[in-house]
Amino acid sequence: MTLNFLMQNLINALQWGSFYALIALGYSMVYSILMLFNFAHGDIFMVGAYIGLGVALGLLSLFGTGAAAILPGWLLLVLTILISMFLTAFVGIIVERVGYRPLREAPRASAAITGLMIGIILETSNILFLGGSRLKFPQLIQSVTYNIGGVYVTNKKIMIVLVSIGLMLALHQLISHTKWGMAMRAMAYDYVVVPLVGVPMNTIAAMTFAIGSALAAAAGILFGLAYPVLDPYMGVSFGWKAFVAAILGGRGSIMGACIAGFMLGFIEIMTVPAIQIMNRLFSLNIGSNLRDLIAYSIVLVILIFRPHGLFGQAYSAKLRL
Amino acid sequence: MRKFSVGLVLFLAAAMVFTFAAIDADAADTIKIGFNIPLTGDNPDVGASSKNSAEMYLKKKPKIEVGGKSYDLTFIFDDNEYKAESAVKVSTKLITEEGVLGIIGPQSSSQAVPAGDVANNYATPMISPWSTNPNTTLDRPYVFRGCFLDPFQGPVSANFATDELSAKKAAVIYDIAADYPKGLAEFFKAAFEGIHGPGSVVAFESFTTGDKDFSAQMTNIMMSGADVVFVPQYYSEVPLIVRAAKEMGWTKPILGSDSWGSGDLMGLCGDDCKGYYFSTHYAAAGAKGETKAFIDEYTATYGKTPDDVAALTWDALGLMIQAIKNTGGLSGDIKADRTKVKDALASIQNFPGITGGMTFTADGDPKKCAVVVKINDAGQFEFFKSVCPK
Repeated sequence: MTLNFLMQNLINALQWGSFYALIALGYSMVYSILMLFNFAHGDIFMVGAYIGLGVALGLLSLFGTGAAAILPGWLLLVLTILISMFLTAFVGIIVERVGYRPLREAPRASAAITGLMIGIILETSNILFLGGSRLKFPQLIQSVTYNIGGVYVTNKKIMIVLVSIGLMLALHQLISHTKWGMAMRAMAYDYVVVPLVGVPMNTIAAMTFAIGSALAAAAGILFGLAYPVLDPYMGVSFGWKAFVAAILGGRGSIMGACIAGFMLGFIEIMTVPAIQIMNRLFSLNIGSNLRDLIAYSIVLVILIFRPHGLFGQAYSAKLRL
Repeated sequence: MRKFSVGLVLFLAAAMVFTFAAIDADAADTIKIGFNIPLTGDNPDVGASSKNSAEMYLKKKPKIEVGGKSYDLTFIFDDNEYKAESAVKVSTKLITEEGVLGIIGPQSSSQAVPAGDVANNYATPMISPWSTNPNTTLDRPYVFRGCFLDPFQGPVSANFATDELSAKKAAVIYDIAADYPKGLAEFFKAAFEGIHGPGSVVAFESFTTGDKDFSAQMTNIMMSGADVVFVPQYYSEVPLIVRAAKEMGWTKPILGSDSWGSGDLMGLCGDDCKGYYFSTHYAAAGAKGETKAFIDEYTATYGKTPDDVAALTWDALGLMIQAIKNTGGLSGDIKADRTKVKDALASIQNFPGITGGMTFTADGDPKKCAVVVKINDAGQFEFFKSVCPK
């Protein structure tokens, strides 16, 4: 157990956590406005990744690859992210319009079940249209590995973490310094009274879904760059874990979702070296596969002591963004 | 009126009896073979290869002659979703509802081990073309396979790492929740430690099915000082593991197993996988005779080189048909016929398969050679070495 080893895992954890954080934001935002968890959100992450794949392949065929490329890879990547975020936002709006708006007055359980159904519809339509085979996400930028004193970092890892943090800061700006953001915060405060004073509830709800989905799309593309094999069910376990992050951060807390996302990634990654150290110290024989069991037991213990999450508030009716 | 009703009922009953008799007469002239394969789920390309191979076979030989009588061949393809529980359900359905004479598949050991139990319990012959885990056929007289076993493949890989890659310390990363990687990882470890002494497998890292991030495990492997990593995983996980290794600065060899050869490994992995080795059932590049004829026809039909799954499915199907012919005539009683086919399968000698000759041992396993291939710079699987059982 050297410092290098710790640093290496810390960097791994930062990358892994940024996906959880970006997806957890979508859960948290929708929860603050509408008091429901959009269980289709993990699958919107999957849809975002596939839309990103389509956009990236389209751009590559337009602007060429390799030596014949007209535009540099990083520009294609930026374009891919922006176009896909835009397109996936519409998927989010459609999901809200078709799945959730008709059920706004219905019991919360109906809305939650609708979310699960939309998730299944998105997965199976993917299989129907694309055949269920794995697809490779094109590597828009050349991967470069840097060796910093025995710690290996790739340019992609740095980029993924920076883009994720950048998007989180942009969201923070939007929520705290714009009129739309104010409307969202007001709605989060009280979604019964606020529409009475003229805040357009449907527009705000649609926008919340759009922003959450756009963030999920960004996460999907960054995920494709780091783990280039896409499959129709990739959003399922990610969705669950990001949901756990949203709960751990405190339902409806944006900052909580970000921090808990990174924390979850950290716990998951660090469990593997921790198991190894335990094995050495006590000559045990525990496999790395117990990662999720141990990681989520830790999360469970945290929630036992802080049932409202790290940054949550006890009064569920008075949540703030 | 009442008489009329009784008459009507009797008439209908008679009609039904005749209809069923007619259906039965038709059914007697068909031989149904079931396919228990993954058309969706984690390994859809494996199912696609099996189906392609089978359809090509059917187009070529739609009828078979058994004991002087001609039968139509019918194949029933059923999706096991690459899940153990679905594979069990599919086998049960094929046997009890569809009334198949024999089953080809499942391909992967994770499904073949539980489905083999069903086939054996219902006394229905089953051939798994691709399952290398010993438990598939162990103590199951009705279950056969078309490939070599992991107790053979494990030492082949360990010897290869020692002789050709001059490795003294090895690392393994494998999926503990799947029968095939887990079994093979353990056989490799036993064989490698048998050569280099206990503790020479310096990292034995596991994960569970569906994991995408292997950076923590690869960090452990990097720090362990291993000379080679053995990765007995499927084509959808290999690219992620190889990528994680490269990102951790891994420059030493990576050794794979026969699961690498299936599906779209090169399409998903691309340049990342070039230069690595894996053991497999046959090498498509440079094949001769019947094997070449099969490869050419498959390539012409489907526009891609057949993988080992396709070739082994072709052989398994050939074995099943040969066994049906060898029964010398079917009685029409499906249960008795299944047993006859099983007996015929067990006594087949030197079947000329495109992946090698086959004679079954008492356990239903063929003795076959393994081929080690290198992924060359063009992304082809190039023949490197052949290892045969002693």
